[in-house]
Amino acid sequence: MDKRKNTNEWKRHGVQAVWALLTNSYFVGFVQGRIYKGKLKNLCVPGLNCYSCPGAVGSCPIGAMQAVIGNWNYKFAFYVAGFLMFVGALMGRFVCGWLCPFGLIQDLLHKIPFPKKIKTFKGDKLLRKLKYVILLVFVILLPMFLVDILGQGAPYFCKLICPAGTLEGGIPLVLLNKSMRNALGWLYAWKNVLLLITIFLSVVIYRPFCKYICPLGAVYSVFNPVSVFRYRVDKDACIDCGACAAACKMQVDPVKNANHRECIRCGACKKACPSKAIH
Amino acid sequence: MRRLKSFSPGGACVAVLGLAMMGYGIYRGEMPVVLEKAINICMECIGIG
Repeated sequence: MDKRKNTNEWKRHGVQAVWALLTNSYFVGFVQGRIYKGKLKNLCVPGLNCYSCPGAVGSCPIGAMQAVIGNWNYKFAFYVAGFLMFVGALMGRFVCGWLCPFGLIQDLLHKIPFPKKIKTFKGDKLLRKLKYVILLVFVILLPMFLVDILGQGAPYFCKLICPAGTLEGGIPLVLLNKSMRNALGWLYAWKNVLLLITIFLSVVIYRPFCKYICPLGAVYSVFNPVSVFRYRVDKDACIDCGACAAACKMQVDPVKNANHRECIRCGACKKACPSKAIH
Repeated sequence: MRRLKSFSPGGACVAVLGLAMMGYGIYRGEMPVVLEKAINICMECIGIG
């Protein structure tokens, strides 16, 4: 069973890696320390992928949403919100499990051995609601209302929280550009501290950023119960053995709710089910 | 074996609504704002601005 589970997991990591490569295929950017400036960046990618990553060929939906909401001319991002609704209604958090580069990084970090991995803790369920607060406050309200003299709001989530931007954009660009190295200050230090905390926690806890912080996961989670592609449990075939719940690293029990908001559709429960009751 | 429901009409409706919203956003000119932000290095995102 373990061997089969691991094979399935590495298949998923293969898909995640191919997608990450495809959406970050401007390789010359990593050599020359610049970013892609083509028209593909009109389009958003489904996962959290900083558009200031030197390889990025598409736009991060969370960054794009803040850019439009923070623009004095618009104040609501129909284009990006519609994109997220469309993707979420089709797949729910399948994106988190299969198409998010930062999800892949956390998956791989969690494979690093550690004496005591933490599955859950007191306050875990409550802390998972934090991502909705972050979505509302840092992605929507602050860019909308905390504006400069021209009425422009900053992307506060990207600026103050997002470790993906630091890892994918900040570190490579700073390493490759002397002028940027000269401009570093407290904000860069703060974001690197957050990145280090995220990296350490990812070794100990499975996908802490996805569970507690990610506003994109928060958006997609809303669509999990209604999405077109979703899990179904055949109650007649289910033998209530609990293998699916035990296999879930997001601590979801598919028998109770196969399309729980925390389910990232990784497929671990399907593989673990001895009676093939999960479809 | 009980027949499993294989299609979510609610999800399909929301997907169509999402497409309509995307279309409206493009119509009112949101795409250039996204492009403008994405093709310039976002100083806030990388922790400098």
